[in-house]
Amino acid sequence: MNPQLDKAGKLRHFLTTEFLPKEILLQILDTAESFTRVTKRNVKKVPLLRGKTLFNLFFEASTRTRTTFEIAAKRLSADVVNINISTSAQSKGESLLDTIANLSAMHADMFVVRHARSGAPFFIAKHVAPHIHVINAGDGSHAHPTQALLDMYTIRHFKKKFDGLRVAIVGDITNSRVARSQIHALNILGVSEVRVIAPKTLLPVAIERLGVSVFYDIRLGLKDVDVVIMLRLQRERMRGINLPSSQEFFNTYGLTIDKLSVAKHDVIVMHPGPINRGVEIDSSVADGNSSVILPQVTFGIAVRMAVMSILAGHSI
Amino acid sequence: MKLSILNGRVIDPTSGFDRIEDLFLSDGMVSGVASAPDGFVSERVIDASDKIVCPGLVDIAVRLGESGEEYRATLERELRAAVAGGITSLGCPPDTTPVLDQPGLVTMLVDRAGALNSAKIFPVGAMTQSLEGDYLAEMVALKQAGCVAFSQGDSVLPNAGVLKRVMEYASTFDFSIWLRPQEEFLSHNGVIHEGEVATRLGLSGIPTIAETMAVSIILMLAKETGASIHLCRLSSLSAVELVRLAKHEGVKVTCDVAINNLHLSDIDIGFFDTNYRLTPPLRSTRDREGLRAGLVDNSVDLICSNHSPVKYDYKKLPLEESYSGASGVEMLLPLTLQWAREEGIPLIVALAKVTSAPRRILGNSERKIAVGEIADLCIFDPEYPWIVNDNSILSSGKNTPFWDSELVGRVTHTIIDGEVVFTKDEDKSL
Repeated sequence: MNPQLDKAGKLRHFLTTEFLPKEILLQILDTAESFTRVTKRNVKKVPLLRGKTLFNLFFEASTRTRTTFEIAAKRLSADVVNINISTSAQSKGESLLDTIANLSAMHADMFVVRHARSGAPFFIAKHVAPHIHVINAGDGSHAHPTQALLDMYTIRHFKKKFDGLRVAIVGDITNSRVARSQIHALNILGVSEVRVIAPKTLLPVAIERLGVSVFYDIRLGLKDVDVVIMLRLQRERMRGINLPSSQEFFNTYGLTIDKLSVAKHDVIVMHPGPINRGVEIDSSVADGNSSVILPQVTFGIAVRMAVMSILAGHSI
Repeated sequence: MKLSILNGRVIDPTSGFDRIEDLFLSDGMVSGVASAPDGFVSERVIDASDKIVCPGLVDIAVRLGESGEEYRATLERELRAAVAGGITSLGCPPDTTPVLDQPGLVTMLVDRAGALNSAKIFPVGAMTQSLEGDYLAEMVALKQAGCVAFSQGDSVLPNAGVLKRVMEYASTFDFSIWLRPQEEFLSHNGVIHEGEVATRLGLSGIPTIAETMAVSIILMLAKETGASIHLCRLSSLSAVELVRLAKHEGVKVTCDVAINNLHLSDIDIGFFDTNYRLTPPLRSTRDREGLRAGLVDNSVDLICSNHSPVKYDYKKLPLEESYSGASGVEMLLPLTLQWAREEGIPLIVALAKVTSAPRRILGNSERKIAVGEIADLCIFDPEYPWIVNDNSILSSGKNTPFWDSELVGRVTHTIIDGEVVFTKDEDKSL
């Protein structure tokens, strides 16, 4: 059974895009669209989560994701508590379950969880009281479903549809929770092809079983694509047993105007950020006409508002 | 104790005996088959109608303590669990706390277990000091203290140079070396089988080649040194194929499979269920079928429970942080019966995999259910359905992939040296 859904098939937690029905993904995108109008108003708040308390539980450092969740929750009139757990209870030896039990006792309604361990939000969701909703804000290399949904929102915003699209994801797939969530979402929403482009050292085994075609040569992989998603290469992985150097990676897989020229003329370039200029993407592309990297960030707030309000039982 | 076991279906894989017969035990021995010896007066009669009477189970991989805990604390409890599972002899791996690398520790374990009047313990000694893989352990002294073989347990295997010396030294004295094949540099930090499931869950994998590479190196060294090797807990189809080939070539090698790997695959892990984190990892359904086929053609010699109880708190963690292992002694028999039913294997053949075959690996002589033989027996109801839960499991390890599942087949009596050491529904003492 999918632990994200209740018995009626409604979203109870938002933990991964995998195995979710297409209707739920579209419901999130449609709800987000109505919230983008809110975010453009002078008075940006709506009272959907008034009286509810949301805990941002970040077991792994993050500024941007945490901030967008905080803004999203505040625009829905929720009370927000930010807890940076890497410097708090866990370092004093408290178990994850005890931490969760204590926070639940403070009458939490929603937990937004980021954790370095794949599956940790599932573990938390399994142990919270029935009224508490858990949102995965990134777990290990497993999933980052709100990031993937804001990427889907961005694609739909610029391309108006999913069918017929060719999407290429470039970079460190092995360690990317974003890539996994994107691959599932793109396939559920019905794009015509998802490609992954990387050297074999950055591709996990059996990745094709997730519904992607694999390319080792970026010039072949980018041919005729509508969307390019560049992944961030973690600094600690730029040199070592996966890659010899960031320079060699940029030369072979870094996105430049030249490499991008084989894509469709109206291609859009996305990046979940923060970007490493000159490592996975050249500034001329990041700041160029095809780039939609900044709109992605803006849409992130509306998408997170949508997920929270749907979990709380409101959809628009 | 003079004991009569009446009307049971007696199945003895060693002698090929399978028929309904009465057994009479006295002075620790079988003293009558079909008819009681002259002057025999029963002090206790067990009605074994509709039940099966077979040799006591032999389980060569039983950890008697919880991970991170001293075995002493739970020795008694785990032995009670073992006899509740019909096990009368068991082998314990050396990677306990403390490591079984000192003759004194082995003597202490054997003595303590002996005093409990429970299952017979056959310690497997450490083959290297502290299991660090650098220096040979005192195998001769350990043997004298009671060790039946030598092993690294689940610790990292030594490099090929040390491994060769271990084999040369052990084969000098005809000692058997038990090795769980896993190449450390290919499996480091791995959590589950490397494959589609690990990729979906974003977990680092333990690739099949970590096992096959180690099997290949071990088999080549075994061929070179003439050592006799037992490969522990094979988990992959390709490892079984390598062993099959080596056996044809006459390499002195045997191997076993853990009962959970015979029934489950990585797909069963579902959404990060820590009860399915096992060593070796559950691999693909193809691997599972390969292990089953290996048992049928005797490439795989036997089944063990790989009993490794884990403290409750160590399973209540995110999967990557949780401890590996599962309780198994009480599930070994019903899961062996389930495998036999699913594959259409005759009971006598299936029971051989948990009685006579592991007995040979422990280095014990063949033993029949016959007059004059030691009476270590298991009586079970093959049709009895039961649920694996807190009420039914004696082991301190309340963790197994089969928790809350219904299993069929339950031990009703376990007899060691002619004495009834377990009777179902009577054992409320723990």
